[in-house]
Amino acid sequence: MSAVRPTLRAWLTADEAQSATQATLQGLWLGWLRFLRNPLAVAGLAVVVLLLLVALFAPWIASHDPYEQDLAQRLKPPSAAHWFGTDQVGRDNYSRVVYGSRVTLYIVFLVAVIVGPIGLLIGTIAGYAGGKVDAVLMRVTDIFLAFPGLVLALAFVAALGPGLVNAVIAIALTHWPGFARLARAETMIVRSSDFIAASRIQGASAARILARHVIPMCIPSVIVRMTLSMAGVILTAAGLGFLGLGAQPPSPEWGAMLSSGRRFLIGYWWMPTFPGLAIMIVSLAFNLLGDGLRDVLDPKSE
Amino acid sequence: MTTIRASRSAEARGHAASFARLAGTVAITLVGLAALTFFIGRVMPIDPVIALIGEQADQQTYKAVYAQLGLDKPLPVQFLYYLRDIATGNFGVAISTGHPVIEDIRRVFPATVELATLALIGGVLFGVPLGVAAAVWRGRVVDHVTRFLGLAGYSVPHFWLGLMALVVFYAWLGWIGGTGRVSLANTDIVPHVTGMILVDSILDRNWGVFRDALRHIVMPALILATTTTAYLSRLTRSFMLEQLGQEYVTTARIKGLSEWQVTMHAFRNIGVQLLTVIVLAYGGLLDGAVLTETVFGWPGFGQYLTSGLLAGDMNVVLTCTLLVGVIFLVLNLASDALYRVLDPRTR
Repeated sequence: MSAVRPTLRAWLTADEAQSATQATLQGLWLGWLRFLRNPLAVAGLAVVVLLLLVALFAPWIASHDPYEQDLAQRLKPPSAAHWFGTDQVGRDNYSRVVYGSRVTLYIVFLVAVIVGPIGLLIGTIAGYAGGKVDAVLMRVTDIFLAFPGLVLALAFVAALGPGLVNAVIAIALTHWPGFARLARAETMIVRSSDFIAASRIQGASAARILARHVIPMCIPSVIVRMTLSMAGVILTAAGLGFLGLGAQPPSPEWGAMLSSGRRFLIGYWWMPTFPGLAIMIVSLAFNLLGDGLRDVLDPKSE
Repeated sequence: MTTIRASRSAEARGHAASFARLAGTVAITLVGLAALTFFIGRVMPIDPVIALIGEQADQQTYKAVYAQLGLDKPLPVQFLYYLRDIATGNFGVAISTGHPVIEDIRRVFPATVELATLALIGGVLFGVPLGVAAAVWRGRVVDHVTRFLGLAGYSVPHFWLGLMALVVFYAWLGWIGGTGRVSLANTDIVPHVTGMILVDSILDRNWGVFRDALRHIVMPALILATTTTAYLSRLTRSFMLEQLGQEYVTTARIKGLSEWQVTMHAFRNIGVQLLTVIVLAYGGLLDGAVLTETVFGWPGFGQYLTSGLLAGDMNVVLTCTLLVGVIFLVLNLASDALYRVLDPRTR
């Protein structure tokens, strides 16, 4: 081990990279070192990793079945048996918060998978094609951006009907324009560079140039933006759940838990406290992580 | 002389052209906003006819209402009807209240304006000094605390903060009023002039109601202000850092001005930028008001929207959405115009 590490480190910090792979890995390594210097960002990463682990190992981490009701044990304050107390039908709040991490990750993952590609595609096409295509596509994003996020998401959910999947669709519909704008701006910068001209002269099609050269250049800023918007996505999803329009009971979604805890606010402080703390910590973690990633991937912004 | 006049008329033509371009953009965006809400109204699975006449109605009534609503026409024609309705202020009737939606909105809107304005004042009073301090003591404890508070302000769910505030400050400590704008005993006491109860109670010189209203508005306004505080502190910090790096700041320091004087010097120069982002922040407050009002039972625009949502009342939902979109657009234009008028460099 100790014999391997110095050579690996030497390879990663060598003055002259011998191959493209080495150069890429060296860049990543330097970025990682820079990232480690930001304690808040590292804390954010730690929480996100923790969230992943909790969601993955929920059955082992939870102390009870999150759906099991025990009316004899309803609305009990936190104790050794029920760390976060119990809810109005005697379910264990701790186990529900633990399982809620799965719902949150599900939302975050789905929104990212929908929004990233759509935003990238529309943005790069608009930026690369320019002219009328650009004008039309950007007008459309302008119109979406003219609405504040939550109100537009509410309108979509109203039309689609309540439910977790519809909430995800509504959130995705309100989030893609930001990514399209970002990808367009990046594309405009790259578009006129020499290496794009070179590959065009070599006969590369527009699709190939977009896929092989333009989109990869947009990825870092899209990742930063994605991480930062995940905080907002989590808040919006929780807000929809709170209004009864997102995940439906008995799903242990944190916003829906807050909504049912709302009726038992006075006198049962543990009901709203823990799901709310979970939402805030996870959202804060994504914000801290995104902030740190931006400093690493996009040093211009500082 | 003639050349000056020629250049002036050219300038006027330039202004006219840019104004025409702006008007065109605004018009397209407005139609776009309408198109989006129209589209949302169309994807909706609920049958608008059944929503209006109920499921028991016979086939003949159904057909009559179907035609009356214009649903038998092709979609583009329906959209034109929709645009005409918007232009004439006809947004339909709210099922829950039985009043025209536009009347309802006129009634509930002052409550939101009152709340959002107070929140904006709070956000400016907290956010701007924090941002200035963070820039002046860059990299020091204040800076880190501001950065963390800023991110925390973005990360905390308002509705949860509202619930916790009700538990702690209303139920436990009794410092604030509960939900609603005033206590039950003070409801409908002062005459309805502006619809903003703080203003109305001042006009009526009813200090009891004023104090009560203040006790009720303070918490929702503070909570609504968290995002604005976070946003303004971040932007103020970066505006200030930009100014503090300029040469005139170095000159001022060499001249022997105190750090306080230097800071004030720089601060005066970010005024216009700050004003424009403060105008934009107002739009964000309307978005935040939706959940805050729901938690605090604040009878404003946000609560009207959510109750319309839960009742499946599409007239209410779409009108509110459209209205918020238009307000956003207006605020954006206002922010742009302010920048142009106030910043001498853009002339």
